[in-house]
Amino acid sequence: MTTALWIVLGLLLDGALSRWMVAQVPHWLPVQASAAAPHVDALFALETGIGTFLFVGCVTLILITVLFRRAPKYDMVNGDPIEGNLKLEITWTLLPLLIVALLTWQGIRVNTTLATLGGKQRVSGGTEAMAVSAAATTTGTGALAAPYGPVRVIARQWSWEFVYPEGVRSAELHLPVDQPVQLELVSLDVLHGFYVPAFRLKQDVIPGSVIAYRLTPTREGRYRLRDSLFSGAYFASNQTDVVVESAEGFQTWLREASKQAPHPSWNPARELHERRLRRGDQGWATVPPAPPPLVNVGLDPQASHEA
Amino acid sequence: MSSTSASFDPRVLRAPHPVPGAPDNWKRFFTFNTDAKVIGIQYIALALFFLLVGGLLAMIMRGELITPPADLVDPSVYNGLYTMHGTVMLFLFLFPILNGFNNLLIPPMIGAPDMAFPRLNALAFWLFPLFGTILMVSFFVPGGPSTSGWWAYPPLSTQNPLGLFVNGQFLWILAVALSGVSSIMGAVNFVTTILRMRAPGMGWFRLPIFCWTAVAAQVIQLVGLPVLTGGAVMLLFDLSFGTSFYQPEGGGDPMLYQHFFWFYSHPAVYVMALPVFGIFSELFPVYARKPLFGYEFVAVASFGITFLSLIVWVHHMFYSGTPQWMRNLFMATTMLIAVPTGIKVFAWIATLWRGRLRLTTAMLFCLGGLINFIFAGITGVMLATVPVDIHVGNTYFVVGHFHYVIFNTLTFGVFAAIYHWFPKFTGRLMYEGLGKLHFVLTFVGSTLNFLPMHWAGLMGMPRRVASYDPEFALANVLASLGAFLLGVAMIPFLLNLVSSWARGERASANPWQAIGLEWLLPSPPPLENFEEDVPTVLNGPYGYGLNRPLVADEARYIARANASPAPTPTPASTPRRPEP
Ligand code: HEM
Ligand SMILES: [Cu+2]
Repeated sequence: MTTALWIVLGLLLDGALSRWMVAQVPHWLPVQASAAAPHVDALFALETGIGTFLFVGCVTLILITVLFRRAPKYDMVNGDPIEGNLKLEITWTLLPLLIVALLTWQGIRVNTTLATLGGKQRVSGGTEAMAVSAAATTTGTGALAAPYGPVRVIARQWSWEFVYPEGVRSAELHLPVDQPVQLELVSLDVLHGFYVPAFRLKQDVIPGSVIAYRLTPTREGRYRLRDSLFSGAYFASNQTDVVVESAEGFQTWLREASKQAPHPSWNPARELHERRLRRGDQGWATVPPAPPPLVNVGLDPQASHEA
Repeated sequence: MSSTSASFDPRVLRAPHPVPGAPDNWKRFFTFNTDAKVIGIQYIALALFFLLVGGLLAMIMRGELITPPADLVDPSVYNGLYTMHGTVMLFLFLFPILNGFNNLLIPPMIGAPDMAFPRLNALAFWLFPLFGTILMVSFFVPGGPSTSGWWAYPPLSTQNPLGLFVNGQFLWILAVALSGVSSIMGAVNFVTTILRMRAPGMGWFRLPIFCWTAVAAQVIQLVGLPVLTGGAVMLLFDLSFGTSFYQPEGGGDPMLYQHFFWFYSHPAVYVMALPVFGIFSELFPVYARKPLFGYEFVAVASFGITFLSLIVWVHHMFYSGTPQWMRNLFMATTMLIAVPTGIKVFAWIATLWRGRLRLTTAMLFCLGGLINFIFAGITGVMLATVPVDIHVGNTYFVVGHFHYVIFNTLTFGVFAAIYHWFPKFTGRLMYEGLGKLHFVLTFVGSTLNFLPMHWAGLMGMPRRVASYDPEFALANVLASLGAFLLGVAMIPFLLNLVSSWARGERASANPWQAIGLEWLLPSPPPLENFEEDVPTVLNGPYGYGLNRPLVADEARYIARANASPAPTPTPASTPRRPEP
């Protein structure tokens, strides 16, 4: 009787603890700035809850044995010679099966909702990728709000360049809030990763492919865009910002930008490489950084990002 | 008890493996010796050396990462350090040390005198110093070592900035290919030995779990390595001979390499994990004094893992432009691995339950490893969930996850195995005090090192960076402190190894009162283990508290094992004859 009481009490406590952990989830994540973010976070929270429950449950059982079932020194008596229990074994085969089935189902559901990834078109190399991408037309589904774009995202060792349908070029990505955007991801050299933590989205950029990608920013602000797939010496510096603005703000920015003359953007990889050359080219072999892109709006080294 | 004078069972004295105090004891480790016990110790000793090398590289990396900007070393140097750290830890530490345990444990556990192919075995071992040297030499060639990560994804890995034929990447591919050849030779040997050389009466369901997991793991090597080797050869051709298997300009596809690479390299994590699951399954019963709960389930689950591990590789490519249906499919298969893995975890916990625990150093490492592994399994399922992986993939969350597996679980298991079987193969006990200090420092250090990484990753810190935005500073300072603590933790461990080897207390045949064929042999065992007198196995392993004999004539084998060291060995003394 008391055992049953303990078990119920334990399960309740474990449940409470798991709920508390779920409540902590938002503190571990950047702000939610895209339509995808709430879905991803909800899934992660669900897994945090289930995970905490299982972890705390298992560790409690282990700690109980460690605390209360230690053999005194020189005690050579054996434990209870239990060899197994078929019912238990079947339970702990089926229960995890059920849990992962639930998670897979939820995962597929969110995948289908997000549907970020459009077609991928194989081409040979960077120049052809640029040509294909330049000729791209939007492939939106009519029912949704017509997506803005396509904005061409060009990754290089080590810079980001964004080309808007209006012809403006920039080294930071500007997007209107609450409007789906169509992107065309292109790499001119090696693999890169287009990653915006505040959007919870990441997509590798593959040389020799033009990848259509769709996302919807939902919160105004300035967020980090990072290269997430290792791309060589100055990989870590290959970051820029995404600036999400109101529709009017975005239009104003486009207008102002088009008035700026194209100029080479400030580029941290080049700075680091020049410092290296000044110091006698010490270090291990690397290709030199590509020339910084000629853009209407460059990178702002002073700007501070939210996430 | 503790004596350093040489008094041995004459069978032991004939053995070419280490007999503390015997003359020229160490020299045999530098020869082409075909004795599995010598080879096992050769593997383990060299692997531990490379653990120190890999750890040193890691500490330089953590030194760089303790502050946000790249200020300690050039970013290109950081990239080389992390590439070599990963490569050393996987190919020069974990794989070889587990092969070392295979060599030491498989023959005595199944009552075989040696491996099936002793020469092949020695050859497989001697490739290890060869490719180890090649990798170390690559630090010193012009341009430095490979800096493209242990994945070596093209086209980055084929860029060859200096245009030299012999470059770090070239040597890296060569070393990995040789490691593959060595692993295949090892796999053929281990599998054949277990299939063909078991003691009479040792059917599959009387086989120790360590041997089950060894077969399950080595089957992966045999299936997967040819694919990796093919992929690596094509990479070498692209790098050195201008082919374009993976170059888009020449009509190739860089994604092809990723499939080749992960088809082997995901299962490879189970080549390392399975034997450690075996170690846990061996040790928990000993120190909880209970039979392994659900032995048959645990045994068969190993092959469930083997099978599933071969069909999940695309989870490393969820954000690589993989079509939706493939993502969904591989999410499902990946999640399924949690089922056989869960069976093992629950079986270990049930084995502990109502046991009589002896918290030796080995047991502490097992318990710590088990708790860490439960955590790692949970983050693993998170990573298997496509939308979550799209956010945390290729961030420090993954780095945290796989270090929780590879260090906090597998390396813990390796340490446990060392503390547990050291007396068997050296005839000396390790010091428990130093061992416990090693455990506490390691547990605290590894938690401090790898737990905050999950948080950095959730916030969006990519992996493989030499510098980072200031918002990640706190997690990184904690991680670096943990890393340095782990460095400190190695001191009591090494001290313990060296001093116990030299002057540790003499170990009896069965210092842990364990049940298993290896414990029916003297410590250290004779050259050919049971020689002509192989016991007949009557029951399954782990019969703690069941009062059933493991083998026929058990008392005789125990007496025989305990008879050594003989009190006064005279040249005339003949090996003891078994009593009728
Ligand atoms: C429940 C079991 C596990 C699951 C579901 C799981 C799942 C995953 C997934 C989905 C990834 C890919 C993450 C990414 O790259 O975005 C991953 C990475 C990794 N896992 Fe696990 N894992 C499990 C257990 C293990 C075990 C047992 C090992 C090692 C023995 C391991 C070692 C690794 C390593 C080394 C990586 C990183 C590879 C790399 O990107 O360099 N995992 N895991
Ligand atoms: Cu994997």
